[in-house]
Amino acid sequence: MTTVDNDTLAGLEEVKERVEAALSQDVLDTDIVLGELVVTARREAVVKVLKFLRDDSSCQFKQLVDLCGVDYPARENRFEVVYNLLSMTLNRRVRVKVHADEDTPVPSSVEIFSAANWFEREAYDLYGILFAGHPDLRRIMCDYGFEGHALRKDFPLTGYVEVRYDDEQKRVVYEPVKLTQDFRTFDFLSPWEGPGPLPGDEKARRTEGDG
Amino acid sequence: MSETHIKNYSLNFGPQHPSAHGVLRMVLEMDGEIIDRADPHIGLLHRGTEKLIEYKTYAQATPYFDRLDYVAPQNQEHAFVLAAEKLLDLEVPRRAQYLRVLYAEIGRVLNHVFNVVAFAMDVGGMTPMLWGVEEREHLMEFCERVSGARMHMNYFRIGGVSKDMPAGLSEDILAWSERFPGVLDDIEELLTENRIFKQRCVDIGVITAEQCFDWGFTGPNLRAAGVPWDLRKAQPYDAYAEMDFDVAVGQYGDSYDRYLVRLVEIRESLKIIRQCLENMPEGPVATPNQKVTPPPRAEMKTSMEALIHHFKLFTEGFKVPAGETYTAVEAPKGEFAVYLVSDGTNRPYRCKIRAPGYPHLQGMDLLCKGHMLADAVTNLGSLDIVFGEIDR
Repeated sequence: MTTVDNDTLAGLEEVKERVEAALSQDVLDTDIVLGELVVTARREAVVKVLKFLRDDSSCQFKQLVDLCGVDYPARENRFEVVYNLLSMTLNRRVRVKVHADEDTPVPSSVEIFSAANWFEREAYDLYGILFAGHPDLRRIMCDYGFEGHALRKDFPLTGYVEVRYDDEQKRVVYEPVKLTQDFRTFDFLSPWEGPGPLPGDEKARRTEGDG
Repeated sequence: MSETHIKNYSLNFGPQHPSAHGVLRMVLEMDGEIIDRADPHIGLLHRGTEKLIEYKTYAQATPYFDRLDYVAPQNQEHAFVLAAEKLLDLEVPRRAQYLRVLYAEIGRVLNHVFNVVAFAMDVGGMTPMLWGVEEREHLMEFCERVSGARMHMNYFRIGGVSKDMPAGLSEDILAWSERFPGVLDDIEELLTENRIFKQRCVDIGVITAEQCFDWGFTGPNLRAAGVPWDLRKAQPYDAYAEMDFDVAVGQYGDSYDRYLVRLVEIRESLKIIRQCLENMPEGPVATPNQKVTPPPRAEMKTSMEALIHHFKLFTEGFKVPAGETYTAVEAPKGEFAVYLVSDGTNRPYRCKIRAPGYPHLQGMDLLCKGHMLADAVTNLGSLDIVFGEIDR
């Protein structure tokens, strides 16, 4: 267990108040969970919030250590873009979150942090999150002609195509996935419940007089 | 004869180039022999680790971390188990913390030795490779003796480590740590003041501290630029707060400084290894909470409850309370972190792996611009790139 000492918490509290005071229009929510500061920003204002966090003397989060997408298909804005910033001078971390969907682009932060370039390409490749103003939004992880976005929750683990070398055509060919065994995923969360209504269950629920 | 105009041309570096450290394809735009632009194409080793982890229980996810940076597997496991422990609010016994630090440092030596000697080979020195790999073999033997596997150890478990050290291992590691500085001296004597080596490294791929911040550089590459930042000191985890060691810092941020920083870090790691062995506390090596760690095998033969626990842990796994954390460790290559999101079930909802090599490789364009083609190899070697962790 990583214990969070009081000095760190007080420091995060200070940043939290500073952000709330200076960016009340642009920040939707600030919270400290498990000793980690989370700032949820309005999508349009994310560049402004990041710039403030980088340049303000009480924040100094000069490094963007990580940027990634998370998919919550049930939400109205299904994607969350998560920025993890680090301040080496003050030894603090902050997490900035922005919500997005498939069509609305998130403003790119490449101008503030050069490191964001590949991270945003990765989020685009794996989730299909668009970044407005990104200089070079190409796929980065998946194959050159890949279709779909692999880390979305509705993308199957096995994918749609498989690749093999065809000896007759003397080249690599793509084919629909053929599984020799059905894809197995076990739901251990409700081990004592049946798979659903069994034939005849409707009789038990039928009320008198229905026929 | 009139002066002919030479057109820029692009050159494909890799993906099957021996000094591309794996499967890097780099499209270089060349102006004669000068690099104008470097565009690394990655993803040739992409295995979808993050996606696979979403379909596995927490305990099944740890082995995937070994296969990221396969040169120093332990350090990746460390980040994941710390993240899961944070969400579970688990206390790890002191002996387990010491064992983890010991093996994390062995991992660091494994990585740095391999990087230094492979880097030497990249710039033309053959002998260090032969000596360094032999030492790595001894270290991997220590890994095997404690976990059963030379490389992909799966030794760090959520709640502790998988097994205690066998008798005699501690003495052997100590004996090795006394002997090893001699080998290090030999390697250093071949390289550090070597004229050819210095010609190839000094002032090649210079990066300033400000650029490091902007490009997300961490670890030895950042320290070589003169920033004394080490997560083991700044945000100590496990038993690092009790260890006495120094942070190596460079001055110029060039390839030569990155090499020197790594060499000093090996010696500092040896210090930590020795402290771990000398001060190793007695006690259990995994948390006694049987809802997370499996019961001892002997107990399973007599106790029904232990048997049930064992069965449940290895089929269903344990549930982790909903929440999220970004937990980072100082891996040999830099800040290795796991952004773990749990929805309260037995599988991670999202497990983003922040590999240090990813932003480092992104900086290749910055480092290579204006350098000769041969310097691209030097830069690549000095950044310490392993594709397992970059492509994930």
